[in-house]
Amino acid sequence: MSYIIDRRLNAKNKSTVNRQRFLRRYRAHIKKAVSEAVGRRSIKDMDKGEQIGIPTRDISEPQLHHGQGGRQTRVLPGNDQFISGDKIPRPPGGGGGGGSGEGNASNSGEGMDEFVFQITQEEFLDFMFEDLALPNMVKRQLSGNEEFKTRRAGFSNYGTPGQINIIRSLRSANARRIALTSSKRRQIRALETELEQEQEKDNILKDPNKIEALTSEILSLKNRIKRVPWLDDFDIKYNLHAKYPVPHSKAVMFCLMDVSGSMSQATKDMAKRFFILLYLFLQRNYEHTEVVFIRHHTSAKEVDEEEFFYSRETGGTIVSSALYLMKDILSDRYPLSEWNVYGAQASDGDNWNDDSTTCSKLLIDEIMPKVQYYSYIEITPRQHQALWEEYESVAKTFSDTFAMQQIVDVTDIYPVFRQLFQKRTA
Amino acid sequence: MSKQKPISTSSEWTFELIQTYDKEISDIAKEFKLDTYPNQIEVISSEQMMDAYASAGMPIGYSHWSYGKQFLNIERSYSRGQMGLAYEIVINSSPCIAYLMEENTMTMQALVIAHACYGHNSFFKGNYLFRAWTDAESIIDYLVFAKNYIAKCEERYGISEVEKIVDSCHALMNYGVDRYQRPYPISNAEEEARQKEREEYLQRQVNDLWRTIPKGESHDDSAEKPKFPSEPQENLLYFFEKNAPLLESWQREIIRIVRKISQYFYPQRQTQVMNEGWATFWHYTLLNTLYDRGKLSDGFMMEFLQSHTSVIYQPPYNSPYFSGINPYTLGFSIFCDIRRMCEHPTDEDREWFPDIAGKDWLETLHFAMQNFKDESFILQYLSPKVIRDLKLFNIMDDNLEEEILVSAIHDQSGYQSIREALAGQYNLGNREPNIQVTSVNVRGDRSLTLEHVRYNRVPLGDSTEEVLRHVHRLWGFDVHLHSTDNGVLCETYHCPPKPEHTELN
Repeated sequence: MSYIIDRRLNAKNKSTVNRQRFLRRYRAHIKKAVSEAVGRRSIKDMDKGEQIGIPTRDISEPQLHHGQGGRQTRVLPGNDQFISGDKIPRPPGGGGGGGSGEGNASNSGEGMDEFVFQITQEEFLDFMFEDLALPNMVKRQLSGNEEFKTRRAGFSNYGTPGQINIIRSLRSANARRIALTSSKRRQIRALETELEQEQEKDNILKDPNKIEALTSEILSLKNRIKRVPWLDDFDIKYNLHAKYPVPHSKAVMFCLMDVSGSMSQATKDMAKRFFILLYLFLQRNYEHTEVVFIRHHTSAKEVDEEEFFYSRETGGTIVSSALYLMKDILSDRYPLSEWNVYGAQASDGDNWNDDSTTCSKLLIDEIMPKVQYYSYIEITPRQHQALWEEYESVAKTFSDTFAMQQIVDVTDIYPVFRQLFQKRTA
Repeated sequence: MSKQKPISTSSEWTFELIQTYDKEISDIAKEFKLDTYPNQIEVISSEQMMDAYASAGMPIGYSHWSYGKQFLNIERSYSRGQMGLAYEIVINSSPCIAYLMEENTMTMQALVIAHACYGHNSFFKGNYLFRAWTDAESIIDYLVFAKNYIAKCEERYGISEVEKIVDSCHALMNYGVDRYQRPYPISNAEEEARQKEREEYLQRQVNDLWRTIPKGESHDDSAEKPKFPSEPQENLLYFFEKNAPLLESWQREIIRIVRKISQYFYPQRQTQVMNEGWATFWHYTLLNTLYDRGKLSDGFMMEFLQSHTSVIYQPPYNSPYFSGINPYTLGFSIFCDIRRMCEHPTDEDREWFPDIAGKDWLETLHFAMQNFKDESFILQYLSPKVIRDLKLFNIMDDNLEEEILVSAIHDQSGYQSIREALAGQYNLGNREPNIQVTSVNVRGDRSLTLEHVRYNRVPLGDSTEEVLRHVHRLWGFDVHLHSTDNGVLCETYHCPPKPEHTELN
């Protein structure tokens, strides 16, 4: 007789652990592949999974086996042309008689030199942001519509039967029984000694009436003790759970970008990649992330994402306009007590000459004290100009929260990003 | 026989139908005297099949990255359609567990039931190697023990530490087999109790061997230098488990686990051709009998034959699909031919197989299944007809010669030598390099010396150095490997590597 069992509903991810073990072991390889992929990828699929290739040689499991050489014989099927005694020239590469008859040779690799596999989006991001940390604490805040967590909060006299705490209930029942019966038990004890004394007397001296009276009194007391209920309603104790709101962390990210004539589409593209990386990173660290896009030439404007990245404007550049706008938006919409503020600014370094000092002043006095972190990237292969120099003084004042880097090429973005958010040991 | 209505005509399967087919097939199997363990048929999804695949078919396995690698590989090939999943996996246990994949049609499910639940199952129960070496009753128990034990070690000593040991053991897995002693089976609880005991005892023994405190009176060292081990040891893992000086007791236990599992698969490695051939022969025979009795529709039969022929297809040596001899083909052909020789013997058969020709085929077949392994089975039963059908020929590649020699083909003068060569090809002893522990420098630097005896002058492969590093990890002190040919030292390997000039001098 056979048993037939439907196992389809059982867990199907038995191999997950082993898969993770594998990823763990080849961490370095995967990280390298991920960082290459970040440089290569288009912006839209920055957060997809990735195909990872590892050289088969690196992951092979060595076994002892025969090498080439010596005298090896092998039986092959499908003879179509040979008779015994024929000589065949040895095929180049020595593939001919090797393997000593081991059907499917050592690896299932089918001659591939790369072991290729897929990692998921989640894993991709894990690897991408590994050992990066958001600098400078996280503000947590109760905002009206939080989630709640229930925690134990002692015991209560009221509750549902499902929450009865048996130990507590029985303990209090026990205490009640002791309390309610102690005087009676004391009386019983007294009466019993009296009864004993009475019974020890000589037969002539015994008073049968007294004995009877004592016995019946003891009996009635015992009955009264018996009538004390073993468990009463008010003995029952219930586990009490209380709800606590869970504070949420929220972050707002300001993306500031120069869209003046000097910024080409390629430069903007690089800026965008940087912003997206930052956005993904913030998303992983905060439950709620908002993004404010501010673009500027001579004047600044808050725009939506589409416009931010794709519309073109021309004209001169006044960077401070964007900083003013950021400051205003910040004080209007994002109270500092609730929000973690991050700023990211991208520019090619061009600015109206007198404006750069205004910028650094604005940053130092108004913006830097309010933000968690501010990063500035300059996308230019050229020499730095006034803006960079002014910002360097900001960086000196706020060495913890202000960071600036230069990007020349698309492939710089990820390394620069990593450098900016490198986990620092305090 | 009266015309009967077929059991089913649709390709959709249901549990009732599976039950009906199983019943029918089992009735016929009984007529053919197939003795089996009880069957446990489990219907699983393709993802679960991939899981089962990745763990080498073990229903419960300890965690290790190499299984993850296997899984990723399978997942990728499968999702790209490069590879169909096997229709079945069957586990040598009692009850015998067979997996059916839910995607398969009714025909395929019936094929798998015949193949796995009656073919493989009866082989597991009947073949002498399985009877002697594995214990179907307790294997699942042991795997549970192994998984829990290794998980506990990981908790206590860290994943990396455990992984290192397991890696090293896997590298030597094929050298963890007792070829001549039969281990006796025990249950999970017993295993745990014994493990504790073993731990203490083992450590004491090891300490004894490596005792450096001098014993009372001083002996003349050179006079009675103890040779250790007294005999060369071929079970390397066993040797390390018992004698490696620096291992912790949990490490010894892990070696033991890998060794046990290797031992469990040892009969399987030795009977691939027979096992698959036997199962294929029986699914073919059982389903054909069912068809002859009118219980299968023509459509069913067409689909079955289509898949049967693709299973036993043998690409010729010069085909791009060629990857060695297909064990299904070889085994199936031999078993079919044994039956033919019993039922319709020719003069040639009477000359080659006087014992078989004209005998009762069922009895002969059962005898062949029970008492052989691949090597001896081929040597005994590979008939000239099969050699001709498969057009087998033998080539000899000698590195001293300019060209490869075709030493025998499928003709009168070649049959015998092809038979011997092919049998040799399935001899595990020839397939794996012969490596043994020959000596340990007990009183000196504690170095370990292994000896490789070359067979037909074939040297060791290129991953030897790497394996030696694993040996070194297990042993803890210097390891030397001498490769000899007829007693002449040809090559030596050392771990840690020695400076060049000391070699061969």
